[in-house]
Amino acid sequence: MSRSRTAWVVPTALAFGFAFLYVPILAMVVFSFNNSRLVTVWDAENSPTLKWYGALLHNQQILEAAELSLRIAVLNATGAAVLGTMVGLVLARFGQFRGRTLLSALTTAPLVMPEVITGLSLLLLFVALEQSIGWPAGRGVTTITIAHITFSMSYVAVIVQSRLSGFDDALEEAAMDLGARPLTVFRRITLPLIFPAILSGWLLSFTLSWDDLVISQFVAGPGSTTLPMIIFSKVRLGVTPDINALATLMVLVVALGVIGSTLLLQRQQKRLLRDQQLAAAGD
Amino acid sequence: MSAPARSKAEPWRDAGLEPYVRIAGVSKRFGDFTAVDEVSLDIYKGEIFCLLGGSGCGKTTLLRMLAGFEQPSAGQLFIDGQDMAGIAPYERPVNMMFQSYALFPHMTVFGNVAFGLQQEGLPKSQIASRVADILDIVRMGEFALRKPHQLSGGQRQRVALARSLVKRPKLLLLDEPLGALDRKLREHTQFELISIQEQLGVTFVVVTHDQEEAMTLASRIGVMNRGKIVQIGTPHQIYEFPATRFVADFIGSVNLFEGQLVEDESDYVRVACPQLPVPVYVDHGVSAAPDASLWVAIRPEKITLERQQPDSRDNWARGVIKDIAYMGDMSIFVVLLPDGREVRVTAANVARKSGETFTWDDEVYLSWDASSPVVGSG
Repeated sequence: MSRSRTAWVVPTALAFGFAFLYVPILAMVVFSFNNSRLVTVWDAENSPTLKWYGALLHNQQILEAAELSLRIAVLNATGAAVLGTMVGLVLARFGQFRGRTLLSALTTAPLVMPEVITGLSLLLLFVALEQSIGWPAGRGVTTITIAHITFSMSYVAVIVQSRLSGFDDALEEAAMDLGARPLTVFRRITLPLIFPAILSGWLLSFTLSWDDLVISQFVAGPGSTTLPMIIFSKVRLGVTPDINALATLMVLVVALGVIGSTLLLQRQQKRLLRDQQLAAAGD
Repeated sequence: MSAPARSKAEPWRDAGLEPYVRIAGVSKRFGDFTAVDEVSLDIYKGEIFCLLGGSGCGKTTLLRMLAGFEQPSAGQLFIDGQDMAGIAPYERPVNMMFQSYALFPHMTVFGNVAFGLQQEGLPKSQIASRVADILDIVRMGEFALRKPHQLSGGQRQRVALARSLVKRPKLLLLDEPLGALDRKLREHTQFELISIQEQLGVTFVVVTHDQEEAMTLASRIGVMNRGKIVQIGTPHQIYEFPATRFVADFIGSVNLFEGQLVEDESDYVRVACPQLPVPVYVDHGVSAAPDASLWVAIRPEKITLERQQPDSRDNWARGVIKDIAYMGDMSIFVVLLPDGREVRVTAANVARKSGETFTWDDEVYLSWDASSPVVGSG
């Protein structure tokens, strides 16, 4: 079969794929600069305008929600990074201990668990805990953060584990052999090696928490309304242009997080490859 | 098989000398699998002791027990007279060079070598000078600021060696130290390892599956099979007087025949091998039961090819040349005996001008000295 006759297939498929994924988002971004109050009508004379972005800055409700979302996202990312790293380390470096398969399965379960079920079960847990030991008192930032950590730490664990499995087990043994105690081995060998993975996991956890709606809905209390919850409640009353602006900003934050996390891992990979080629050339 | 010319003391012959490493009845079991099976072994100061065996024979497990990464299931390990039970790897007077080298990828060559000294809490200036010294010894001084992945395989090997030597351990464990190098580099590095070892006076325990490597490096070799030590001896002893059939077969290439003792005297024996037309005559006594089934091992380089039937009542066979491999310095002949058995014969290619050359399908006679065959029952 001649190549030229099929050459159009790949670019076309690519174009359709990207269009399917990104045209809706692009439309939203474009309409966020629309001057008209009607979301679906493009006011060609006075657009583009930044007035909806300006309006956002004066909307106290949205600013508070943004601040809350940010706080939860940072707390979540940090908590998930610590716990996820611990799980990843154990899975990658502690050999075949009893219960390893169970831990491994439990780690990946939240990744595939329907959010509605995660949210509902956490809500039941929090209510039961409050009734029996009085903590957490009511639902708010604490409960949302805990809920987010339960699923974000799985991502960190998977990233850290896969990074560690790319490194020779003997590295830690070599450090120990040279006289380093276990804590020193972790601080000077393991941690520097997995740091890019932890950072990447942190960014990913941040974005996961930042745009989570379903689980937050279940475990949020009065007064703890996150940004996605505001958008969702506003949209039910009809889409307004300022929501477009807000959503555009959120997409920006998420995109930065994901791109940053990907670049971090890629840059390491590339540098390693280039240096290896250099070394091979010098042989 | 040429050992480098060097004068070697033989500390294991000195009955009064305390061994530096004493392995006493050590076993290691992983579940049902016995990796190391009641190994007892003494290693003396200044030795290069090679643990030689195929994969899965337990040699690496034994090494890892010396380093402290595995605990023996039974038995005791002593290093410099001290029982090593319960002593963590970072507290042992031992360093190890890993098969994968295990260089820390995020540190420079300098950082890698300095790591061990930093753990001792030495002052910076002293660390710098000791690192510089050892890098000079392995001729890596100019690469101190490179990262490991910017080095070639041979250079990494040197850095790994420097890193394991910089703490001046009394005992260095080397796990397949040359395994990752290509052949030419390996030969060169073998001699370098020996000279560094002599220069620093460290005791080496080397694990290898490569018998040639063991032959060149070792002062003594311990051949392992299925978790047990089957023979301990100098390279010469192991090669010339293999204690068991396994050792004879594992070390170098060898022609093995089955046979029965027909004459058993204190100073000679005759073994009848069904595959050979005449008996094998050996000019030394053998301790074996009169009707025991024996093995006879004859090295390829100890067999001579001739056109005439040897005028002797033992130690020859007749065959047809089936294959010739020209190796440059020597040729390998594969000779087919009448019953289909193949015998390997090697001959040095020195006789360029003397007319005797053999070619495919030539009928030849094989013969050997009475001192050449090794006979055993194990």
